[in-house]
Amino acid sequence: MPLSVSPQQINRKPIMYSLYDVLISPFVDNPFMRRALVGTLVLALSSPPLGVLLTLRRMSLLGDALSHAVLPGVAIGYLLFGLSLPAMSVGGLCAGLAVVAVAGWVSRHTTLREDASLAATYLVALALGVMLISSQGTQLDLLHILFGSVLAVDHDGLILIAAVATLTLLLLAGFYRGLLLESFDPVFLAASGRRGGFCQQLFLLMIVLNLVAAFQTLGTLMAVGLMMLPAVCARLWCDSLVAQFCASVAIAMLASLSGLLLSYNFDLSSGPAIIVVLGLLYFFSLLMAPRGWLRPLLKRPHLRA
Amino acid sequence: MSAMITLKDLTVSYRRHPAVHHLSGIFERGSLTALTGPNGAGKSTLLKSILNLVPIEHGVVTLAVPRSRIAYLPQQSEIDRSFPISVLDCVLLGHWQRIGLHSGVPTASKQQALAALQAVGLDGFAPRPLGSLSVGQFQRVLFARILLQDAELILLDEPFNAIDSHTTEALVKIIQGWHAEGRTTIAVLHDFEQVREYFPHTLLLARRLIAWGSTEETLSPENLRLAREVTAAWDEHAPVCITAADQ
Repeated sequence: MPLSVSPQQINRKPIMYSLYDVLISPFVDNPFMRRALVGTLVLALSSPPLGVLLTLRRMSLLGDALSHAVLPGVAIGYLLFGLSLPAMSVGGLCAGLAVVAVAGWVSRHTTLREDASLAATYLVALALGVMLISSQGTQLDLLHILFGSVLAVDHDGLILIAAVATLTLLLLAGFYRGLLLESFDPVFLAASGRRGGFCQQLFLLMIVLNLVAAFQTLGTLMAVGLMMLPAVCARLWCDSLVAQFCASVAIAMLASLSGLLLSYNFDLSSGPAIIVVLGLLYFFSLLMAPRGWLRPLLKRPHLRA
Repeated sequence: MSAMITLKDLTVSYRRHPAVHHLSGIFERGSLTALTGPNGAGKSTLLKSILNLVPIEHGVVTLAVPRSRIAYLPQQSEIDRSFPISVLDCVLLGHWQRIGLHSGVPTASKQQALAALQAVGLDGFAPRPLGSLSVGQFQRVLFARILLQDAELILLDEPFNAIDSHTTEALVKIIQGWHAEGRTTIAVLHDFEQVREYFPHTLLLARRLIAWGSTEETLSPENLRLAREVTAAWDEHAPVCITAADQ
């Protein structure tokens, strides 16, 4: 029973630590740690590549906005069916897609750019969500929905994450060229007579799906953090898009594993621990990466041509 | 000579002010036309309306070829050069309609892309990231992409803007090659010297049509004076256009 046992109770501190105790036994001894690890690792496969595409489109804050936008749907699902994962997920998905659709329509038919219309729409959605939750539930429920808990990932949550990650990776592979073309040169696409909407819609759908899956089980902070921070780090390290995808996934996985271990061994909150590790990696990347701050200062003699 | 593009009373406006005003005429198949005029004359707008990238308010644009046979080079500012793809991949995008969204890139396409890069003077640049290129080199890459597109109609919006004379010469050679191959080419240009030297036909636009025909006749001092007189600013108190009021 993951919820009935807190990490503090299990984590009785021995006098001597072995590497096994610190690195392996948390996962061997505790089912909830295994589920948390699997959940975050699977999410680390699908979310960061979406984040890379978002940074390339200069829409880094879209994930943040959308994670708030799904709130009214989750709230309605929660109010109607209680703490039911399917109801809250479907609600969140519908709300996220509705916000994306409204914002997209506004930006196509008015002078407002996509970021402006999205900001306006998601703020209204967030306000509706908070209103709905506070009219019925308690503040505690709201906090639970907003910040989730990695350690409370249950079997259904894992299935949801796995399904979404699988779908995302398949769609990314299948529509890679279209996604790339639309991000890189939408005018080129439009000039050759294709209405470039399809891949864009698909892309936004994938983001909403990933956010909803992560949101329920891991919380908003984790959902957006695992999407954007590895992507930003990867951009500092690699030049090619494929390398950025791979690097972002590797960074996200590394942070997930070490964040969970950190939280277990030092009794820290697990979701924020993962994000803080990502933050450290970001800081390290800022300093050391080829596109970072320190490398240009290390003077290497220039070439002749 | 058959018509490649037929414009019939074309009007495109922004906030009721015409950017292209009652323009009619024909771009012949295989012609090489310079599209020139002062800033704000509606040159880019005309290209975009041919491609249906801006809403046409009035009139008709008829194309003799499907949209997939048109290549378009927008103004430089519209493309993000920091995008992490290689020069080769960027050029290969010229073949994407043939390859499709899902299947792999055939070796023949890759060879054609390498040949196109060689043709624009960028031999050996294929694996380099796009962000490492200069403005002029990037423009050459975009020309290579158009070479791959194998289009019948080629629309170039200020192709030589911020490009040095050496690169301009190389690119002009490519345009002349297209002309020799019978492709229809329209280029927005500002430099009358270039227009006189390389382009047999010219369309002088100042929102309305000033002159359209052989370059020598079109760029007469009288026509150029007429074009200059159309001020860049909108007249906020301009009366409603009679033909528009009729409808």
